[in-house]
Formats: sequence, structure tokens, C-alpha cells
Amino acid sequence: MAIDSLVLGAGQEVGKSCVVVSINGKRIMFDCGMHMGYTDSRRYPDFSLISNTGDFDNALTCVVVTHFHLDHIGALPYFTEVCGYKGPIYMTYPTKALAPLMLEDYRKNMDRRGEDEQFTSDHITECMKKVIPVDLKQTVQVDKDLQIRAYYAGHVIGAAMFYAKVGDAAMVYTGDYNMTPDRHLGAAQIDRLQLDLVITESTYATTIRDSRYGREREFLKAVHTCIAAGGKVLIPTFALGRAQELCILLEDYWERMNLKVPIYFSAGLTIQANMYYKMLINWTSQKIKETYATRNAFDFKNVRNFDRSLINAPGPCVLFATPGMIVGGFSLEVFMQWAPSEMNLVTLPGYCVAGTIGHKLMSGKPTKIDLDKDTQIDVRCQIHQLSFSPHTDAKGIMDLVKFLSPKHAILVHGEKPKMATLKERIQSELGIPCYCPANNETVTVPSTHYVKADASETFIRSCLNPNFKFSTYSSVDKSYLDSKYSKAASGLQVSDERVAEGILVVEKGKKAKVIHQDELLLMLGDKKHEVQFAYCFPMHTERLQKTRTEELPSADTLLCDLDKCTLINQLSMKLSNELSDANILDLGEQLQVESFRVSICSKNSCPHRLSHSVHNDSESVFLCCHWSLRDEKLAWKIISIMKSSSPHTT
Amino acid sequence: MKFTCLSKGGGFHFSPCHMLNVSGFRILLDCPLDLSSLALFSPVPVAHQAHESLDTDSVIRKKQKIEKTLDANDLVHAEPWYKTVKNLHLWDASFIDVVLISSPMGMLGLPFLTRTRDFSAKIYVTEASARIGQLLMEDLVSMHMELRQFYGPEDSCFPQWMRWEELEVLPSELRKIALGKDCEELGAWMPLYSAVDVKDCMRKVQTLKYAEEACYNGTLIVKAFSSGLEIGTCNWTINGPKKNIAYISSSIFVSMHAMDFDFLGLRGNDLIIYSDFSSLDKNMENDDTYFDPVTSSSGRDDVSNLEEMAASLLKDDESAEEIEKLVFICACALDSVRVGGSVLVPIDRLGVVLCLLEQMSLLLESSSLKVPIYIISSVAEELLAFTNIIPEWVCKQRQEKLFSGEPLFAHVKLIKERKIHVFPAVHSPELLTNWQEPCVVFCPNWSLRLGPVVHLLRHWCSDPNSLLVLESGVDADIALLPFKPMAMKVLQCSFLSGLSLQKVQPLLKILQPKLVLFPKDLSCKIQISEANMIFLFSENETLRIPSSKESTDIDIATDLASKFRWKTFKQETITRLEGELFMDHGKHRLLSGFQPANSKQQRPLVHWGSPDVKVLLTELSKMGISGTIKQVTDDAKSEDDAKSENAAAIIDIHDPEKALIDVRETGTVIIAANENLASHIVKAVDIVLDGI
Repeated sequence: MAIDSLVLGAGQEVGKSCVVVSINGKRIMFDCGMHMGYTDSRRYPDFSLISNTGDFDNALTCVVVTHFHLDHIGALPYFTEVCGYKGPIYMTYPTKALAPLMLEDYRKNMDRRGEDEQFTSDHITECMKKVIPVDLKQTVQVDKDLQIRAYYAGHVIGAAMFYAKVGDAAMVYTGDYNMTPDRHLGAAQIDRLQLDLVITESTYATTIRDSRYGREREFLKAVHTCIAAGGKVLIPTFALGRAQELCILLEDYWERMNLKVPIYFSAGLTIQANMYYKMLINWTSQKIKETYATRNAFDFKNVRNFDRSLINAPGPCVLFATPGMIVGGFSLEVFMQWAPSEMNLVTLPGYCVAGTIGHKLMSGKPTKIDLDKDTQIDVRCQIHQLSFSPHTDAKGIMDLVKFLSPKHAILVHGEKPKMATLKERIQSELGIPCYCPANNETVTVPSTHYVKADASETFIRSCLNPNFKFSTYSSVDKSYLDSKYSKAASGLQVSDERVAEGILVVEKGKKAKVIHQDELLLMLGDKKHEVQFAYCFPMHTERLQKTRTEELPSADTLLCDLDKCTLINQLSMKLSNELSDANILDLGEQLQVESFRVSICSKNSCPHRLSHSVHNDSESVFLCCHWSLRDEKLAWKIISIMKSSSPHTT
Repeated sequence: MKFTCLSKGGGFHFSPCHMLNVSGFRILLDCPLDLSSLALFSPVPVAHQAHESLDTDSVIRKKQKIEKTLDANDLVHAEPWYKTVKNLHLWDASFIDVVLISSPMGMLGLPFLTRTRDFSAKIYVTEASARIGQLLMEDLVSMHMELRQFYGPEDSCFPQWMRWEELEVLPSELRKIALGKDCEELGAWMPLYSAVDVKDCMRKVQTLKYAEEACYNGTLIVKAFSSGLEIGTCNWTINGPKKNIAYISSSIFVSMHAMDFDFLGLRGNDLIIYSDFSSLDKNMENDDTYFDPVTSSSGRDDVSNLEEMAASLLKDDESAEEIEKLVFICACALDSVRVGGSVLVPIDRLGVVLCLLEQMSLLLESSSLKVPIYIISSVAEELLAFTNIIPEWVCKQRQEKLFSGEPLFAHVKLIKERKIHVFPAVHSPELLTNWQEPCVVFCPNWSLRLGPVVHLLRHWCSDPNSLLVLESGVDADIALLPFKPMAMKVLQCSFLSGLSLQKVQPLLKILQPKLVLFPKDLSCKIQISEANMIFLFSENETLRIPSSKESTDIDIATDLASKFRWKTFKQETITRLEGELFMDHGKHRLLSGFQPANSKQQRPLVHWGSPDVKVLLTELSKMGISGTIKQVTDDAKSEDDAKSENAAAIIDIHDPEKALIDVRETGTVIIAANENLASHIVKAVDIVLDGI
């Protein structure tokens, strides 16, 4: 059995995330994104690799979308409405609610850029109708064999990591995630699962970030300085995600500092988005969730709708304008007006696509920007670059992979050289085989498979009772002795023989059965044949004899019961000194360690004695031992200890 | 498995309560409160003349034990106590391992349990039920505080009214409430828990989403599936190593507010515990709910028809009926308002209230009457806010509202437009400044003993134009006793609160259980044809259900299994197990674990068969060990048959060292002084014997 992962997008790059995983006969497409950097056919994953004939309904069991960013969902309407996929599509409630807004916004942008329109508004509506919303942790039975489950991923509202299980094989596809909470979202959360494969994003494969609070303070300080001096702040942003986070940040700051400067939202889109956010407050961070009854955190007090006439109104203000990265549209319009004044401030996100004005502003500090042949913008305003990101850093990726400890890992959604570094780390530090396939490559990993058997009641019950054995390694395990850590390695070792008492029985035409060893003979109809060891050997007891004769000079041939006990007692002490980890039972006339028993033999001719001829003098006594196969090693050890205690034994 | 029905409950507000014993774990299903028994107490404030007559007239009458029609003075004038499930206090709370709560109503009695010492059970509740349940409990505590302030602190822990002499003089109807039918329920009464108890209780609760797997002790997997009764209510599946159980509480196929009954999630379970008693509470008018031959014949179709059947179950006539009821209530309300009367709606079913609010405001708007709607409750604001942030828990139509960016319930907009006003209490200053009559008021509690309803009912009870809307199931005679004479109109309305009996049969057909536990009280009303394994249960009777599976499943990892050393015998191939056994999510798994080389047993530990001494000697000589056979033992001599030849013999080893092998029918003893020699002999013995 194997799991095949066909990477259709985001292989060694960021954009058009799409992985098709075949697992025990089921085929799941994780994400169906588009690449923002291309305008030709390269912007969509190459769906023909899934099915030549275009019969996607039979080729795929289901599609799972992790979150509403376009590089994860952008190709979905194209895939369902143009390519004709009609099977089930799963995404979380917020993703289903907010995805149409993102898609619609993008579609309008496409119109503006004069590209070929690949899907229409109706396509989006029709596509979203096919989506089955899921809740976090809800175990969804896609069909009889396939189970999927969403886990909280942080990143954006509704972002989820997806777990999929078919038969005994299981995997997780993370999508984008954030391991640290931000202003409005919690950190990613997942159960400890038994996994064959984890496919994780690796946007920041080598970056380690410090606390976000310092960087938030920087941003707030920049904004506050600007408005205190009467300047205007332009925050170009996309409608969903970052806008809400910054707004919560500002709203909170406004309240604390008792600021009255207006905060504006440019288009209705963001205000409308806030409506969604209010209903989806359960998907935000714990802190925000708790406030829902008294005041919904997305009921922004200081936020107003913006009007074009306000662009040149006097006085300071903060404006959120779409689209982000100043691609065009309203944010560009405002930028043209505000950029020439030194008093004003423009904030930019951490990442801007090449070719946008945002990207130009970030690279150096230009004083003039050419919009087109005829238009040139004077840029004298201040520029602040936000340095917090909703993606996890390298430490977060390592932590997650370590926590899940899958048998294999695949990296996607990152930059090739950095991914290679992370791959090395995962392989060397965690010992997990790791791959970073390029687009359209397939990675095959083996999957877990179990043999099913019936276990008998006796076996299960015997497994419920712990049957630990403790022993020390040091003297036994040679491999440790060779290494320089030999001292550290020697220590208590716990072994448990419960499983070894089980016997697996396979009979033709019947289901395999696990029984306890005691039940085996009954089943086979045979009688048990006990194989035992025995050994009766003489032991010189000079010292003991002396003390005894002093006290009882008359009786010298027979050892009375009391003396037997003393001798046994002495042996017991001796043994417990030498075998510190053994459980020694002193039963008066008998000593017992596991199945090994030793007692003083008073018979004249014990069948377990090898040499009958030996001196029958009063100086020595016979110790009769017997033990079972199980404790062979232990028994010989004890015998050698006992023998060494008196040098005059034969 | 053992099953005990502690109480079959009564109606929507008092869920059934059961105790289940599965895989050695004790599971309590629901822990409700019987709030209907609050009717025993007199609400505050009490009319003054009632106090005066208490000493003279009524006492004489009580002494003479004259039965007459009840009046308000017969009620108990004391701080109310609360009645828990009558048989629950007979069980030791510390022995409960798991509590499964299927509705907000089912958790009202939970703080009584969680505050007992040594209570350590894991409590599973759906997220929405937990939140709503907590609010209901907080509201109950705050309403009770109002009464407490009136009565002052209790002097002794044993209230006056619980004394036998007091109980004996109670009129029979009230005595039945206090003592139960068989006079054994007095122990169920408890003084109410405190707000701290509620908080404490909520801390011990583990919340779940629908269909979220929760694993108890690595053995039991419990999952909640929507039951459609109310927001957050659920049915449970309990999967253990040997049992798969589905517990069906009161369920509604298609709801106007909550997520639909997810019966498909309950498929694949061997045993179904059917605990929807709602059809018991229905009046006799619904006699036509008897087993219907038409549905049964259509139900006898092929399995391929399952999906069709599932669809037919969801095809609802019921929810249309429910909407009609709401419209009717609204119409009656409108009539009252038109003639200047007010409408009082003490209904505590969240879903019904939310739908009524929508209907009512729609109707009022169209009638162009400017009548305000008030909601008075200490938790109303929070509850209403909560209902709008839980799209994952509501019905499909309302989820669609989320996707189109509208609020889930219309009350959000109505509150903003100031058509609905929400106040925490009747005496809140905002209410006093805003109050205008006629009006429509929604407030707790349906028992008419607690909360704002008491004040408003006193205010309006003599107004013939006003209207009181009650749930059916409330004993109106006793409930209205303190407010008599009533001039107010009373509309009693029953709402759908469970499965109708004719849908039980097709439902079971779809779920295909091997066994069904069914209430005895309902069994006469229905015939279940195919499931011939039906256990009928009644209150306080323990049923033992035989286990359906003999053995437990165990999964052995293939990589481990490939390493096993197999031995073949006549028919069987056997091997000793290795690895580590894990118990995870109710599954036994054998995985290759860490095992140092020395601990591995290379040698068989169990032997059987009888050794042939000559063969043994040959094997020994192959190893360079030589010896002679000495026939010694006397019992061997007595037997002359062929067997005795190798039954008891001693092999005397003389090379390389002296050793003895004592071979008998049942065992072999190896006597050697040398470890090396001994182990060689064992190897030889292994060869001649069968062993593992």
C-alpha cells in the first residue's frame, strides 16, 4: 500500500496551491488555487494530469479547500464550472462564507485588467452551492471509507488543516497556518495523530521571528506620530484578513489613547466583511470570542464609511483602502492624492507582488513613480512596512512536524533553496524522510496497513495487568559500552512480557486469532510438557558452623529449622546486595526469585544431585535449586553468586 | 452491558435519565431537573389575605383533612427546593465515569452532581448546549435569589414543609408532586445550587462539536450528532471495543432553528437505545399515531431504497404544522393587542421563542400596530447575542443566511431598530422608562413560579383582554392557582418535541441495529416487525444485554507481522507475538516497539508432546554430548505398554561433563552444573518436543 501525492501547484513556489493525494484507492484534491503572477494558462494547476478524459467526478473522491486566499481557492470556480467537476467540495464555514467575496473581488479585478475572463459571477455562485461546510474537529464521513477532519490553523479566519484517513492510512495537509496567535486569531491546534504523511507549507522555511508585539508597537507609533502631526494615513489592504486584524489593533489603541481621529473604510466590501466576521466570532481567538455578548470586537466604534469628497478634507485620518499592494482602483486613487505630502503615511504589507506600486515603494525609497507614460507621482510621504505575517516561521514548522511525527513529510508553498534547508533539518533533526517535489511531480510513500485478528478474552485480560520486569542495561548491552555515553546509558530498563505471552494462530480459511499461551494447548488438544532445570549442589558453611558450635556444641550433625532459616536469610541478604533489581522473596526455608527456588536439601540422595560420592561431612549443606526455562540466565547468575559466597564448594 | 432507566422524564423540559454500564465504565445519560414540581410552591409576592387566613381557617381545614378544590393557600409558602431525578441519588456519584448530556435541559441538575465530593466523571456536552445550559442555570439561580431575598436565609437545613406532619396535610394533587406516586421521591428534593456551583460545574465540562470524536480512557469513543430538537441538542454514539451503541434522545427530523436530526450519523451501530418519550406526553387526540400499515409496506422495500427512505423521513409535514402553530399564536396575540390587551409569553424553548419573535414582529409590522416586544430575562441579552454567532449549529436555511451575509436570526435587526427591547429584570430602570402597554412580553419561567412572569401575571391576570400563552404539558390548574381568579385569556399550545411514532419504524430500518432497547410504555403503541431483538425497559429496572462479540479486534502492524517467526503444525500456523500493545481510540494495536536484543526470547517457553528418549540422545550426540539411558523409576516399570518406554527415563550424560536428564510423561528436568551444557541440552529437548 502506498500514498501518491501529485503536486499540481505550489511545488517549490508560492501560488496555485493544489495537491492531489491518492490514498488506499481514494483520491483527494487539497486546495485548488490560482497563481497571481501569471495571466496565461499557467495560472491554473494542470488539471489534465488528474484525468485525461476530463472525467473528474470519477477521478476524484472529493476536493478540500483550506482557506479563502486566492492561491488556495482561485481555480475552484474554473474547475467546477468550466472543467465540470461535480463531486463534493469541503471547506470550513467561514471559508464558504467569505470565499465568494474574494473570488468576486478578483473577478472584477480581472475585468479591469482586461484579461480573459475565465469564470463569471454566476460560476462563483454555482460553484459555492456545491460546497459542503464543515466545522472544526467534526469527523466527516465522505464515503464509507474516507474520513476527513478540519483543525484550526490560524492564518486567516476559517483557515484549517485537514486530516484524511482511509482504512489504516492517514495524513494531514496543513494549508497555510500560524503557530502563534495574532490580534484576532488563535494559534494552530491539532491532535496528536498517527500519520503516514504530512504535507506542510514552508513560506518561511528559514526565518525565525521574535515577538510580534514589538513590531505592532512600531506600527502604532508610526500611525500615531503621523496623525498627531495632522497627517493622513493610507493603509492599502485587501478586504479580508489583514484589514480586520489591523482594525482591531487600531481600535484598541484608539480606546486606550482616547483618540478621536476618524478611521475610514473605503469600500462597502470591508464593512460587509465585518458583518461576516461578527457572526464567525467563534473562529477568532479566545480573547475576542469571550467579548461577544457585551461588545462584539468587530463592532468597530471609530470606523466610518469613506466618501470620495473626504479625500482632500482637512485634518488627520486613517483610511483602509482596497485593493492591497496598491494594484490599482481606489487605493491608487487616494495614493496619488496623498503621496506628495510629507505629512502623510503609507503602510505596506510584508509581501508585495512584483510589478505593483507597493513593490516599487518597498524597493528603496523612490521620490517619483511613473504610473504610465503621462502620469508621474511625486512620492514625499513616509512609508512604513508592516513586518508581521500570518504564516508560521521555521520554528513553528519544525514544532508541528515534530509534534505530529509522521512517517514522511512533504514541503510545498515555499521558495526552493529555503525549502531544501528545511528539508535537511527535518531529515537530520527529526529523522523523518522529507521531500520537496516540483510542480507536476509525484511523491510516493508507503502507508500503514494492519493485519486484523481476533484477540481472546484471556489475552486481553492478561494484558490489562502490568507485568513489568526491571533490569539494568549496563552490563548486558555491549553497544552502549562502546560509546562514550556508556555511563549515561546504563540505567533502569523496563520490559513487559504481556505481549510475548500472546500467540498468533492462523488457520486456513479462518480469521487470525490471538490467544494467551495458556489457552494454546487447550486449542491444540495437546498436553503440556514442562521443561525445567534443577541442580542440587553442596555449599561449605564453615563460618556458620563455627558460630553454631559455640552456641550449641552438642548438636552438630543436623541443621535445625532455625539454622536453615538463618542460612537462607544470609543468602537472601547476599543476593539482594548483588542483584539490586531482582525481587527476592524470603519464604523462610525457601528463597524465591521469579521462578527460581532454592532450599536446603536434607535428603541423603537427592535426584538433582550430580555427585553422590562427595563428602557428607557436617561442614557443608546441600542447596537444591530448580527453575523454569524463562529464568535461565538469572538462575545461573544466582548460582554463581551463591557459589562464590563460600570458596570451598565443589 | 447493563442499562438502567432512572427516569423517563416528562416533556421537553425534563429529559429522561439513564445509567449505562459499558466495557466496565459507568455512563450517566443526562442529568435534568424536574422544574414542573416547582408548582408546589407559592410564587412571591403572596397576596396578603392569604397570610392572615393561614392560622385560622386553613389550619382547621387541614386538620380535618377535608378535601376540597385547591386554592392558593394550599401551596407551600417557603423558599422552593428543586426536584432532581428521583433515582439518581441512590447511586454513588463517585462511581460514575462519564456523563453524556444531550440537551441544555439535560444539564440543569448537573451542579448537584459535580459538587458532590469525589465526583470525578468526565462530562461531555456539545459546545452550544453547554453555553445555553450555563445561561439557563445562571438565570435559574438569579430568579431563585429573588425569592430568597423574600424568605430570608433558611434557618435549618431541613425545611418545615418537608416534615411528615406538613406533608400529610397537603392536598392529594400537591402531595403527589412532593412525594411522587409511590411516596418515594422525597429524597430527590434539593436546595438550589449557587452561582459558584454552576461555575464550578462548567469548568468540569468538556465541550464538543457535532461529530467530534472524544476518546475516554483510550477505550470509549463518544460522538454527538445533531438531534434537531433544539440548538445544540444531540444524540450520542458510544463505541467501545465490543459494543457500538447509539443513544437516541428526543429528535426532530426537520427543525426551523436547530440543525436537522442527523440520523445517518447513527448508522452502523449494533445497539440502539431509544429514549424519545415525547409521544407519551401527547394528548389522546393523536391516537392516529398508531402503527400505520401503509408506511410499513413501503418500508419493506429493498435496501437500495434506503436513500429514498431517508429522504422520505426528512420530507416533513411536521415543520409546516409547527409554523402554522406559530402563526396561530401570533394571530391570537394580535387580536389581544388590537383590543388593548397585552400578551405574556412565558415559553422557555429557545428555538420556539426565536421563531415566534420573527413571526410576531413580522405580523405586527404588517398590521401597522406600534406595539413593542419586550424580552425580560437576566440572560436574554447574552442568549440572543449567542444565537447569532453559531452558524454551525443552526438549520440549513439559516446557514444560508450566513453565506449571504445576513444575520442568522432576525432579532438582531429588530433590536437595532428598537422593535424588540431586551431588559435584564422587571425593575431595571430602562424598562421603567420605556414601558408602554399594550405590549408583547417574552420572559421566564414556564413554571409560573419564578422570574419576571410572576409580576406580570399578577399585573394582567384580571384583564380579560390580555393573553397568556402557555406550553402544553404545564398543569394549568395548579400553575395558575396563585393568580386566580383569572380573567386573562389562556392559550395552551403544544410544540413538536420528538419523533412521531410512525417514523420510528422506518428510522430503525435505516439504522439497521442488531438490538433495540425500547421503552415499555411506548411498546404498546407500536409494532416493530424486523428487529426481533427488542429489549423493553421501564423505570428503575436493570437490563443486562449480552455481548454481541465474543472476541476483541486487534490490529497488527504489517511491518511487525512480517518479522514473526512462524511454526507450522497440523492445521495451524502459530507464532509468538512481539512488539508493544497499544490501546488507542478503542482499538487494540500491536506495533513494533523498542525491544533490546537480549530480552527477545529465541527459545520456546511452552512445550507439549512427549519426547522420544532415543531421538533425544541422537540429537545430543550431534552436539557432541553423549550419555546412556537409565530406566529407573518404579512407576515406569509398572507400565509395560509401548508408551512407558519413553515415559519415564533418566539419561545419564557423562561427556563432556556429568549431567542428568529426567524425562517423564508430563515434564523433563535437566540437571546440570554447567550453564553451557544445560543450554545445549535444552536445545536438544526443543527439537524433540513441540513448543513455542
